[in-house]
Amino acid sequence: MNDLPKQKETNLSFEKIKKDILHPMQNHKGLELWIVFLITVISVCGWAYYIQLKDGLGVTGMRDYVSWGLYIANFVFFVAVSLVGMLISSILGLLRIDWITPISRIAEIIAVAFVAVAGLVIVLDMGRPDRVLNVMIHGRFQSPILWDVTVITTYLTVSALLLILPMIPDLAICKKELTKASPIMKKLYNILSLGYINTPAQHKHLHKMIRTLMVLIVPIGLAIHTVTSWLFAATLRNGWDTTIFGPYFVAGAFVAGSAALIIAMYFFRVNYKLQDYITDLQFDKMGKLLVAVCLVYLYFNLNEFLVPGYKMKTGDDIHLKELFYGNWAIMFWASQLLGNIIPIILLVNKKFRKPLPIMIISLFVLAGAWFKRYVIVIPTMLHPHLPIQNVPENFVHYYPSAIEISVTVLSFALVLLIITVLSKIFPVVPIVETAESKGIEVKIEA
Amino acid sequence: MKEETSNNSRRKFLKSFGISVGAAGVVSSFSLIGAAKAAAKKPAEMVNLLTQDGQLVQVDKNQLRPTVNEPLDELQKRGREGIPGKSFVMVIDLSKCRNARKCMDACQNHHQLRADQHHINVLQMQDAEHTAPYFMPKPCQHCDNPPCTKVCPVDATFKRQDGIVLIDNERCIGCRFCIAACPYSARIFQWTEPKDAEKYKDLTYNIEANVPQKKGTVSKCLFSADRLREDKLPSCVSACPNGVYYFGDQNEDAVTNGTTGETVRFSKLIEENAGYTLMEELGTKPRVYYLPPKNRAFEFNGDLLNEENLH
Repeated sequence: MNDLPKQKETNLSFEKIKKDILHPMQNHKGLELWIVFLITVISVCGWAYYIQLKDGLGVTGMRDYVSWGLYIANFVFFVAVSLVGMLISSILGLLRIDWITPISRIAEIIAVAFVAVAGLVIVLDMGRPDRVLNVMIHGRFQSPILWDVTVITTYLTVSALLLILPMIPDLAICKKELTKASPIMKKLYNILSLGYINTPAQHKHLHKMIRTLMVLIVPIGLAIHTVTSWLFAATLRNGWDTTIFGPYFVAGAFVAGSAALIIAMYFFRVNYKLQDYITDLQFDKMGKLLVAVCLVYLYFNLNEFLVPGYKMKTGDDIHLKELFYGNWAIMFWASQLLGNIIPIILLVNKKFRKPLPIMIISLFVLAGAWFKRYVIVIPTMLHPHLPIQNVPENFVHYYPSAIEISVTVLSFALVLLIITVLSKIFPVVPIVETAESKGIEVKIEA
Repeated sequence: MKEETSNNSRRKFLKSFGISVGAAGVVSSFSLIGAAKAAAKKPAEMVNLLTQDGQLVQVDKNQLRPTVNEPLDELQKRGREGIPGKSFVMVIDLSKCRNARKCMDACQNHHQLRADQHHINVLQMQDAEHTAPYFMPKPCQHCDNPPCTKVCPVDATFKRQDGIVLIDNERCIGCRFCIAACPYSARIFQWTEPKDAEKYKDLTYNIEANVPQKKGTVSKCLFSADRLREDKLPSCVSACPNGVYYFGDQNEDAVTNGTTGETVRFSKLIEENAGYTLMEELGTKPRVYYLPPKNRAFEFNGDLLNEENLH
């Protein structure tokens, strides 16, 4: 390696790094129990989906007026969180910001898990999931749904590549070191490591590829959330018919994604005992990043609500009054205050950027982000241009049914399962990159 | 009562149409290879069938398949093409509507809908606090710039050459984007098994009436496209007892009142009565025109606007 930084003050050696990071993958008892728990949840909630398949979407709380509900709100949330992969490993990576090294893989794992399940959530929301292939057979490129399908699959592919490619040197290490791994896993490490032995030529090629993907994923990442926002902005409904939805959604996605990453960082640090790698510095920096993206999001919120609120056109008037002091006020203000404004105020103080406090704050931010999506999707559907009349009482309100909630729990359990499994079979902190960033010499045997 | 009989005859027509085309399909698809194969097997029960060119032929009963494909394909094809040379328009005279709701009943009958499912819905409107309320029947506006067909990912809802916006529930994937996109709330979704699903399950799907309805797909007003093919007026137009509806062809510049049977010039009717379209500012270019509720033929009962009475 000719571009190694100078050896910094550190008590870490390459052997210690390898041991610290690989050890918890094979020796974490609770992990198996957690996986069993998640699979149980998925099976039980899978039953709820079976009922929905059998009896139709009528088992949900959705009706003719609120025809998009919990599922779509959750879909938007999942797409939002997945954007953290692009923010951390490519935008900050391209800017050569070095503190992201130990957390970039966690960011990619989150991205892959959330965007994969987001695609599934859309299928769960379909009235005729048996006809899903019609999207390929009869697909019309004039429909934003086709754009969404295209960019989501592309983002999933590129995110998966951005997870695996930078991991190749680590997989070469796994192949050698994880002697207790099952034959299937050994085979997987063997295949995915592609015979990497860290020669200068291999190193150069690999990093060229990674950088190309990092550039590629920026427009794709922007596209997935912009197109998702267009599913709403392309309609003529009050509350959705606005021009800033694209950047507004992207800014909100960075908030949700950063919060999710901080929570994941905390759990991996504690459960995998990675205090030497995911250090207070990473939490401190992520705290500052969260403040920055929250401020940008706050700015978009001001534009989104104050400008129409100042004019109060007839349609907006009903919609905004419902949000500001009507039926939706608690959810709206909770998501704004607990999910954005209060976290900004707290996180500008250094002491709140310590691991535990910032993790707790991030839980609020993430929950706020989820409810914000709910507030974006449902109230608009309740206030169409023409009055809702001559329909049963339950068409005028929307409460998600137990089945709907179970299916949503299923999607969350699936995300957690994917994250857990990926973190069990792959090192969550990059071994080689961490060593290189600390100026420690890396040796990978053939 | 009149509506029911016309509905029955339509069903009878559909049924006989299905059987005759179906039989023709079976006969024409009776190929030599199939016959050779059948001959190789043990002789089975034979049935006599008449071919299209009048020959009586014998067919192995095992070879008979209830073909629904051919008539379905035919219905789908002509349903997507529309009626050449036509440009359908509807005019709704708000000054005449007394909220009799015969249009809603006839529509629900025709399209196999439940009482809470509306292809056409008579709304009680009040534009501003001190303006006079009025009743407004609201079918699909069959826009010339339809926001719904634009967003459909699979071309399940589309605009035909005769101006009608149709929905193909054999193709619809149930994403409900069109419902979100429609500013007139004109679309409904079959959340559960549709009304009388068991009864109609063998009926060949007719895209121009969107029956039988299918679970998990979208439905909407079709201007009774199946009736237009038979030179009849849409169900709602014919059912109105108060002369609210005019329906016709813009190319001929003629619309017929469904109650009186009187045919008038479309352009003159619109011009003289200050006709307008709903929410023009959205740029959807509706094919449904409204005449303002001026000199209403009745006193509006103010109580009806009470929210409680609307559900």
